[in-house]
Amino acid sequence: MEVAAENKVLSFVNGWERPTEENAVRKEALQALNAMEFPTTRVEDWKYTRVGKITKRSFKQLNTTIDTSPYIIEDLDAHQLVFVNGYYREDLSAIKKDDALTIQPVDRVDDAYYGQLVEDIDENVFSLMNKAYSNGGVYLHVAKQMKVEHPIHMIHVLTGDEVVANPRHFIRVEQGGKAEVVTTFQSEKAEESFSNVVMEGHVEANAHLRIHKVQTEAKNCFHIANELFVQDEGSQFLINTITTGSRLTRNGLNVIVEGENCHTEMNGAYLGTDRQHLDNHTLIDQLYSNCTSSETYKGVMDDKSVGVFNGKVIVRQDSQNIEAYQSNGNILLSKEATVNSKPELEIYADDVRCSHGSTTGQLDEEALFYLRTRGISEKNAKNLLVAAFIGDVLEKIDIEPLRKSVDQHFLEEFGWEF
Amino acid sequence: MLTIKNLHASVEEGAEILKGLNMEVNAGEVHAIMGPNGAGKSTLAAVLAGKEGYDITQGEVSFDGKDLLELETEDRAKEGMFLAFQYPVEIPGVSNINFLKTALNEIREYRGEEALNAKDFMARVRKSSEIVNLDPKLASRSVNAGFSGGEKKRNEIFQMAMLEPKLSILDETDSGLDIDALKVVSDGVNKLRSKDNAVIIITHYQRLLDYITPDYVHVLADGKIVKTGPKELALELEEKGYDWLNEEKETV
Ligand SMILES: Nc1ncnc2c1ncn2[C@@H]1O[C@H](COP(=O)(O)OP(=O)(O)O)[C@@H](O)[C@H]1O
Ligand SMILES: [Mg+2]
Repeated sequence: MEVAAENKVLSFVNGWERPTEENAVRKEALQALNAMEFPTTRVEDWKYTRVGKITKRSFKQLNTTIDTSPYIIEDLDAHQLVFVNGYYREDLSAIKKDDALTIQPVDRVDDAYYGQLVEDIDENVFSLMNKAYSNGGVYLHVAKQMKVEHPIHMIHVLTGDEVVANPRHFIRVEQGGKAEVVTTFQSEKAEESFSNVVMEGHVEANAHLRIHKVQTEAKNCFHIANELFVQDEGSQFLINTITTGSRLTRNGLNVIVEGENCHTEMNGAYLGTDRQHLDNHTLIDQLYSNCTSSETYKGVMDDKSVGVFNGKVIVRQDSQNIEAYQSNGNILLSKEATVNSKPELEIYADDVRCSHGSTTGQLDEEALFYLRTRGISEKNAKNLLVAAFIGDVLEKIDIEPLRKSVDQHFLEEFGWEF
Repeated sequence: MLTIKNLHASVEEGAEILKGLNMEVNAGEVHAIMGPNGAGKSTLAAVLAGKEGYDITQGEVSFDGKDLLELETEDRAKEGMFLAFQYPVEIPGVSNINFLKTALNEIREYRGEEALNAKDFMARVRKSSEIVNLDPKLASRSVNAGFSGGEKKRNEIFQMAMLEPKLSILDETDSGLDIDALKVVSDGVNKLRSKDNAVIIITHYQRLLDYITPDYVHVLADGKIVKTGPKELALELEEKGYDWLNEEKETV
């Protein structure tokens, strides 16, 4: 007991409850946690992001209910799955009848299948805490050769003070299946609460999965996501990540491409104000030949906010004929805002076309002046330029009702009109 | 409408570019400013539009009775000043239409007028693009992005037509235009002229002045207006260049 008390990780989770029903994933995660420490900035993957703001605090679980109406996206016409503080609230959810889609608790994922899928994947202390202590989350299963007709909207709401949410989800799209998922993360009357999310998935041969993640939690909350997707041959995977929320956000996104002729696309927009710290940490691991990937992340940082982009693409030795495009652009709206941008290409194959670029700068002064000479106020001129800058990322959100709700959020939050 | 008295302006690095410039423009008039490269013509336009990076060390400028130098760039535009840029800026991602709608609505709000509805706005876009023969498709593209030199200049006059300024300053709007485009652009400017507005045309060729007849021609050299005359002065300058003015000055 004394040893446990000295371990910072174990004292952090002290008092959290675990579901009584045990399974292999949980047990192994719990065991692995014993040997874990919180990362410091000396750890390469966490070089730019200090987690002390989170780990010095303590958080409690809270199973409660909310009124979901503010979180429903108008006209999205989606399957609605509601998670309050990480607990799945079936009573608040509204699922349409669709033979293509099965929704079960995440524990129903077969242990052997899952174990094999994630065999060589590195966990970190946050994903392990989630897996050990998660008491809510779903296993979405999309049947072979079938398309889920409506988007699947996973509504996450964080509510209460110093609360931790550990939602854990798994999405399996079987051969040739197709699905589109919207995940929103919002908060209500939440102070200094913590979303610790795990979202994993398997896009099997020739399947298509598209995910749009929009995180707008309160700016005194914390958000760490560990996302992992495995793609089989001929599959297509897209994820758009829009982040305006949380005091500290870390989106850790890994895509392992385990088959030929795959396409991977990841786009992100992150917009910081105050003292927000927004970190996007991505990996695309190309293990097979004849694949393409495209990655565009854009940041707009104001006040004293800090943006981090660390995007790695690995092309393994036998992966020939790979096209990988990556770009990260940032605009600093204030002198005190900063961005750490680190694109990394690790290429071990010969026949590879890769491009990557990273820019950080201010708004174009000449353009600003030009707009103002036409009678546009400085504020509106800046808005037009910012909107133009991140517009190409937002255009990737091709579900019109979702795009509208994102636009509405930007208008309310920043006064930006698109 | 515009009165410039003893205007001195330096760049922030210290060099004085405008060295005591005087000028008076009244409603209904067209003034041409000619002068050699580097004389300070674009600097004058930039200072009038309120561009940052210049120190006004002496002098005053009043525009319709207001102290122009005290106004923000956007408020100068709202008061009715328009600058057609020598080098229009490309702004990828901002559509011409969206930007003009924002501009027009802000200007109208400033003047206490209602925002234009979508139908009236589009009618105005159509009418204004016709004035300069601008392909209406360009109106919906990003501001100047990928436009040819001539298209950029026509886009400037298209914006002038949209915004209906009191005073327009056209900085080398003729440069880079072939003769047909030059005719189109000058026709456009002539159509927009009225007894209530005024135009300052900055150019160093007189050929534009064959199409837009100025009431006055000023010669700007070394940061000052060194000579003012009727439209015939432009022809004289074309023939003799600018050097004779220096000689004339020295002998005075
Ligand atoms: N921002 C600036 N910094 C330094 N020098 C400048 C700047 N703007 C203009 N100048 C200088 O001022 C002089 C006048 O320039 P400009 O007004 O562009 O002349 P014109 O339009 O008559 O050809 C030139 O010598 C030019 O190099
Ligand atoms: Mg010039």
